[in-house]
Amino acid sequence: MAKAIEKPKMAGKATVFINARIVDPASNRDEPGGLLVKDGLIADVGGHLRRNAPDGAEVIDCKGNVLAPGLIDAQVFTGEPGYEHRETLKTASHAAAAGGVTTMVVMPDTNPVIDQVALVDFIQRRARDNALVHVQTMAAMTKGLQGEEMTEIGLLKRAGAIAFSNGRSSLANTRVMRNVLNYAKDFGALVVHHTEDPYLSGSASMNSGEVAARLGLPGSSKLAETIVLERDVRLVEMTGGRYHAATISCRDSLDVVRNAKARKLPVTCGVSINHLTLNENDIGPYRTFFKVRPPLRREEDRVAMVQGIANGDIDIIVSSHDPQDADTKRRPFAEAADGAVGLETLLPAALRLVHSGDLTLLAVLKALTVNPAKLLGLHSGRLVKGAIADLVLFDPGEPWVVNKDLLRSRSKNTPFDEARMQGRVLRTVVAGETVYEYAGVERT
Amino acid sequence: MNKPTTASALTSFPRRHLLTCEGLSAAEINFLLDLADQAADHIRQGGHKRDVLAGRTLINLFFESSTRTQASFEMAGKRLGADVMNMNVATSSVTKGETLIDTAVTLNAMRPDLIVVRHHAAGAVELLSQKVDCSVINAGDGAHQHPTQALLDALTIRRAKGRVSGLTVAICGDILHSRVARSNINVLNTLGARVRIIAPSTLLPSAPERLGVEVFTDMWKGIEGADIVMMLRLQRERMDASYVPSSREFFHFFGLDHEKLARAKPDALVMHPGPMNRGVEIASTVADHTRSVIREQVEMGVAVRMAVLEALAAHLSGAGA
Repeated sequence: MAKAIEKPKMAGKATVFINARIVDPASNRDEPGGLLVKDGLIADVGGHLRRNAPDGAEVIDCKGNVLAPGLIDAQVFTGEPGYEHRETLKTASHAAAAGGVTTMVVMPDTNPVIDQVALVDFIQRRARDNALVHVQTMAAMTKGLQGEEMTEIGLLKRAGAIAFSNGRSSLANTRVMRNVLNYAKDFGALVVHHTEDPYLSGSASMNSGEVAARLGLPGSSKLAETIVLERDVRLVEMTGGRYHAATISCRDSLDVVRNAKARKLPVTCGVSINHLTLNENDIGPYRTFFKVRPPLRREEDRVAMVQGIANGDIDIIVSSHDPQDADTKRRPFAEAADGAVGLETLLPAALRLVHSGDLTLLAVLKALTVNPAKLLGLHSGRLVKGAIADLVLFDPGEPWVVNKDLLRSRSKNTPFDEARMQGRVLRTVVAGETVYEYAGVERT
Repeated sequence: MNKPTTASALTSFPRRHLLTCEGLSAAEINFLLDLADQAADHIRQGGHKRDVLAGRTLINLFFESSTRTQASFEMAGKRLGADVMNMNVATSSVTKGETLIDTAVTLNAMRPDLIVVRHHAAGAVELLSQKVDCSVINAGDGAHQHPTQALLDALTIRRAKGRVSGLTVAICGDILHSRVARSNINVLNTLGARVRIIAPSTLLPSAPERLGVEVFTDMWKGIEGADIVMMLRLQRERMDASYVPSSREFFHFFGLDHEKLARAKPDALVMHPGPMNRGVEIASTVADHTRSVIREQVEMGVAVRMAVLEALAAHLSGAGA
């Protein structure tokens, strides 16, 4: 497994986090305690460290705040290479650190597309030199994301690609999808797919239904998502390839995934934070920052997504961080680009569902830590001895208001501008090193 | 060894056509291999042309381009004294829209004794055989069968190893599009070899284990302990979508190089039906290695085709008696 962060560690350096609320979904633990970090690894964790600091260790008093595994975000779009004016690996990693995200998986939708071994290598080198957090590379599964010719899945995986996806676009050609699943299986590679029938969704810019009808916008039926998902499940059944539906957004898709899991097929799915916390009504008067892909759906679909997290049918939550600038967003709704930034608001937005009583803190964090770790074959995402010390310390109760101008992301297209949040990241630790610390007041 | 006579061919190889290896008995295969063995020795000893097929007409009807198979049949026919005619399909009325059956009926009217056919569509040779009065030999139909290739491979193995039975043969590469693989699986299984196939899942037919073989998608495992490593050509011309991402990746995981060959038995033989894509499915140095019997395969090709022609000619009207 390629590791982006390789900082020299001071031998014997120890840090102890005392007086913490230890929350570890992998062990279902939510209790007072402490955690000892040595040489970048978790050396010990438990109730006995709540007040007792070993001699010589740097002591960090958590003041009863939550100490959890750092978040793993399996879907982050950046602009590097090709669209650095929107986001670089460096700026994205600063946003990630501020959001408690310690591992981000960057998508292949760049220019050039990440479809060759040398480009995977490029991302890893740039991340190593510039990123504050771990960066994993999602490689393209077809050359140029064109959906026709398979990429060198075997060699790309060997070079460190963590999974394979067609990025924002969906594979319309069923034969190619079958071959990709069939071929990827031989290498144990994970195929991640955005499911959307491009012919059915056409030029649609939002969910079809009453709101689209009122706004006079071309609507995309959720059927476009579910039809491709159902097809893919059939192909998984035929080939045995490992498959992950990148971001589902409606109840029907959830039914398809639940059904596939009941049949013991190697199928998992994710949902974006936007589809857990927003619905199509938020678009209001053509607010393009709410134009995302898949489109925001009806409230009942959002509720279904939340239930999916609660009962474990949905495996992971992603930010689907997608930086867009004024050039692509300040346009008439139908002409504006899809996408919203989300790295910095991922955790606070998810905590809304905890405060509302819809989800437990453990359920939310499970979908943000150990589940993505398992899906991607990472050893992080858990608070166990010997694991890499990727941590997030956060105050789940602190109220604040999002100001897009204060976001660290180079692009400011957040749907949460001026939104009230409850819960703030206080400190983010990557491999034992603090990469973000809340100063008490936000910079301007 | 007794020289098989026309009379023995009548009883030991009671067939008018050679269309497929499926259903050939071990006795029939061994009869042809014995006959070919003698032919090979006869040629090696500088033996003269024979006259078994004197006065007979052989038509090579190739709808698909071929160098070695066509030349091999022509050589075999001529060594047995036949008059050989090569039908150049590119300039024939086939390209003017004539159907396969019309071509067959037309050729039949010229009363040839033997027709050797290669066609790009599976089953085409069988169809043609139903419309003619002469003997028909399948020289390759689509991804279905190429019987003389499997026989020459078996003969090459038998001469090098002294037997076929009990050997482990790993057939590696583009199984999905390969008539060579299908024919070899039939012949080798009938002769008692243990057959493995190695390919990425995209180049395997559906339900491959039903063909009576062990299936591997990892070449390092599949080649382990093999007596024979039989490489296939990557048939890019038959691929209509993305089956394999690149030649580079294919060679890395499924090409035969010294590192992978080291996993086979120390005395394992390397075979390839040709034409080879050096650096795609086989490293040049492996192809030219002392363990490679690729040249012998070509040599045995002529001998096996002589044996097949001779065995079939025994059934022609006016033969033997």
